[in-house]
Amino acid sequence: MADYQWPQADDRSLIGKRISRLDGPIKSSGRATYTYDVQRPGLLFGKLVLSPHAHARIVSIDTSSAERMPGVQAVDVIRDAGQEVLWVGQEILAVAAETDEQARDAARAVKITYEKLPHLVSDVEPAQAGDRAEEEAEQVTGDPDAGFREADATIEGRYGSSVITHCCLESHGQVAEWEGDNLTVWASTQNVTGLVGQYAEGLQIPAGNVRIITPMMGGGFGSKFQADTWGLSCARLSKQAGRPVKMMLERDQELLVAGARPSIHARVRAGAKRDGTLTAWSSQAWGTGGITSRGSVNLPYIFQIPNRRSSYVRVSTNIGPARAWRAPRHPQMCLITMAALEDLAAELGMDALDFFLKNVGIMGARAQTYRQELLKGAELMEWKKKWHPRGDQTSGPNKRGLGLALHTWGGGGHQSNCNCTIHPDGSVEVSLASQDLGTGTRTVIAIVAAETFGLPLDAVKVNIGDSRYPPSGPSGGSTTVGGVSSSTRRAATSALNELLAKVAPSLGVEPGQLEAVDGRIQVIGDSSKSIAWKQACAKLGTTPITASGRRSRDLISSGVGGIQMAEVSVDIETGVVKMEKMVAVQDCGLVIDVKTAESQVHGACIMGVTYALYEEKLMDEATGLCLNPDMEFYKLAGIGDIGEIEVHMMTGPGYDDRGVIGLGEPPVISPGAAISNAVANAIGVRVPTLPLTPEKVLAALEKKGGAA
Amino acid sequence: MDKRDDGKPPASHDGSSRGLSRRDFIKVTGAVVPAGVLVGERLLHAEAAAAADVVGPGAVPITLRINGTSHRLSVEPRVTLLDALRDRLAITGAKKVCDRATCGACTVLVDSKAIYACSMLAIDAQGRDIVTIEGLAPEGELHPVSAAFVDHDAQQCGFCTPGFVVATAAFLHRHPDPTYEEVKAGLGGNLCRCGTYVGLRQAALDAAQRMKGGLA
Repeated sequence: MADYQWPQADDRSLIGKRISRLDGPIKSSGRATYTYDVQRPGLLFGKLVLSPHAHARIVSIDTSSAERMPGVQAVDVIRDAGQEVLWVGQEILAVAAETDEQARDAARAVKITYEKLPHLVSDVEPAQAGDRAEEEAEQVTGDPDAGFREADATIEGRYGSSVITHCCLESHGQVAEWEGDNLTVWASTQNVTGLVGQYAEGLQIPAGNVRIITPMMGGGFGSKFQADTWGLSCARLSKQAGRPVKMMLERDQELLVAGARPSIHARVRAGAKRDGTLTAWSSQAWGTGGITSRGSVNLPYIFQIPNRRSSYVRVSTNIGPARAWRAPRHPQMCLITMAALEDLAAELGMDALDFFLKNVGIMGARAQTYRQELLKGAELMEWKKKWHPRGDQTSGPNKRGLGLALHTWGGGGHQSNCNCTIHPDGSVEVSLASQDLGTGTRTVIAIVAAETFGLPLDAVKVNIGDSRYPPSGPSGGSTTVGGVSSSTRRAATSALNELLAKVAPSLGVEPGQLEAVDGRIQVIGDSSKSIAWKQACAKLGTTPITASGRRSRDLISSGVGGIQMAEVSVDIETGVVKMEKMVAVQDCGLVIDVKTAESQVHGACIMGVTYALYEEKLMDEATGLCLNPDMEFYKLAGIGDIGEIEVHMMTGPGYDDRGVIGLGEPPVISPGAAISNAVANAIGVRVPTLPLTPEKVLAALEKKGGAA
Repeated sequence: MDKRDDGKPPASHDGSSRGLSRRDFIKVTGAVVPAGVLVGERLLHAEAAAAADVVGPGAVPITLRINGTSHRLSVEPRVTLLDALRDRLAITGAKKVCDRATCGACTVLVDSKAIYACSMLAIDAQGRDIVTIEGLAPEGELHPVSAAFVDHDAQQCGFCTPGFVVATAAFLHRHPDPTYEEVKAGLGGNLCRCGTYVGLRQAALDAAQRMKGGLA
């Protein structure tokens, strides 16, 4: 029988190679259909009406004039008079009309009066937050006071990251259509299977009546796990009108309400001995993720400094609610830790690379991986050649600097079920209700199936993005590739074994003596005793083989380490920071497709440059409004803002044999910290918070006295 | 950031400095400006037409020539070319993202020039030659730029991709042999969120070579 364990390196024909994503051609020719593109007969357009106030009580809602507007077919009140709204953009009602323009007119015609209530929208320190501050219990390990007494050098600093948003290019939204009591929703979601239950519960209908379809997905980054208020409202509008309704968030709505990454700030004290050995850490952290935000803050990040004390205060604010953003809280904790430690290295007069290497022993389970990665990264960055002590002393306004950071993430695999079918005509189908966010999930599934059957990639048809296929978990936490690759491998191996059993008699051997390679079934290692794949499948007569498989923990793993190094230039006259080069060294177990894996790391670095230098959700305390819910002033990096990026994946013995581990989160964690450290190295002073805007760079320089 | 607020003279969307620039275009004919206001040689014609024949605010019949085919449709004058393409004609390759001339996801060619379809009114696109991503190559075939995007994995979620492909094709049309730095400047009118710029730059340079080889 064929074994489902991953093939050894020499036996891999597709796994671990560089393969172009399968949906590349339809995407790059504009023929990929996203939720936003779905066309249905009689389609209506939905539009949300949102609260213009950060905190208010709804006094009255009058929809009568809106209902009389041309083209209006349905109105759905989400929040009624008497209820509170807690942020600008909270959903109040939705309308559906024949055209997008008519729906917008109708939304404007709704009359709502509010009683304004006190708000807080600023990212303030706990002392200014009054009863909005909620303290978590302090965590203490070892004896921090003794640790600081032991230290030869200590630093104190303040570090932080602002609230940023997800800004998915395909905004959140869906098309809802009823056929009798059955609801079909085309949704831009990371959670095809999970949305079934959410719609069923929200609409009080049986889950069996709900079908979710996600043909293609225009970005989620952790913000698209829910049916959402607007999804349920869209379904109600559709029910009311008796016609399908498309309701996608407008760009300002997307930035106001469809996802934010919490801020985290901290005051830190850290101490080390003269040789760089870390002895003590103390941090008081705070931050906001809207009215409520979950999750804790564990500082320091990665470094298990023997004596440490940390506290965290959650501040409740009237901004749009937080959603998971790639590697929740890790980029912020990474920045606070790596920046403080780099400041400490500078205080000791040590090269940050040497300082980090000195402390590898307290980096936990992946310590040796970090050591190898730091050395590899230093080689690719030419760290020792380029590094200089704090403050580039060369003449001219352009100062260059180097910085580094390390990160960790879990992975594992989400629950995944897969059906694999071999048809008598030799074609193969793999079906599971996962979704491809642009990470390459579709391609990975095809690679695993084709590898298992010894077939070319294009022989496999992949069916995903439909809740009618076997259930798969949400795509979050870098769990998708582990889930789908292992369920596909198990299903494909089972299907193959059924086929081998059918074919074995004709070759006069036992099924266990057969293998599938190069488009045929043959006696293991003997191509002279073989039968072509198509002929083998013809022996099935009229009945296809369908076998199922589930996530298999022995094929996957969890827990990765990665390091990143950044080289920046800073114009000390304008304060403008440019990312010149980044090196990313990443471990993620067995890489299934090197090409799309590298793309993930490239993309994560670029997203990292973006939040390091440009992104911030700006709120105005006087009005409670968000000042930049658009793409002119909510800035994303452009193609010219990105320097060179070099990616090195840690593969081979010691890595491949761990099995498959996801890659969506890890490489997006370090860029902010590495860039912040590089700027400090360039200009000789820490810019305390991200984004590192020209204004903040100039302020830090001024505080220091001007020159780098 | 380089592509905006850089103090340099405005560059057009496809990196050319000839003719009407993107920024001037948006300044003058941004979606809030009443229909009929145009610039350059069309101005006099438009003024004369406006005086004789005020259109709207109700729907008006128009004809758009898209990918070589004429389409008759009825739209209110305020409807953008992008919404006409997507919502009236089901031509959905151009994407709606920022809806105000910042991100380039809606890029189409109008008379061979890359423009933001979200910031041109459909009625103003009459009489012009409109090419969308779907018109770059027949279905089932790949334009050399699209093929280079596949080979260099210049796409992840793919939502910005059609806009980038059209912008790249227009850029290469005017700069058939660009340098790396010219690519970085010339494609500055489009934005990607997944972070595909590394592959994009390689794809643009590679596509230039393919098109020189007579593939276009």
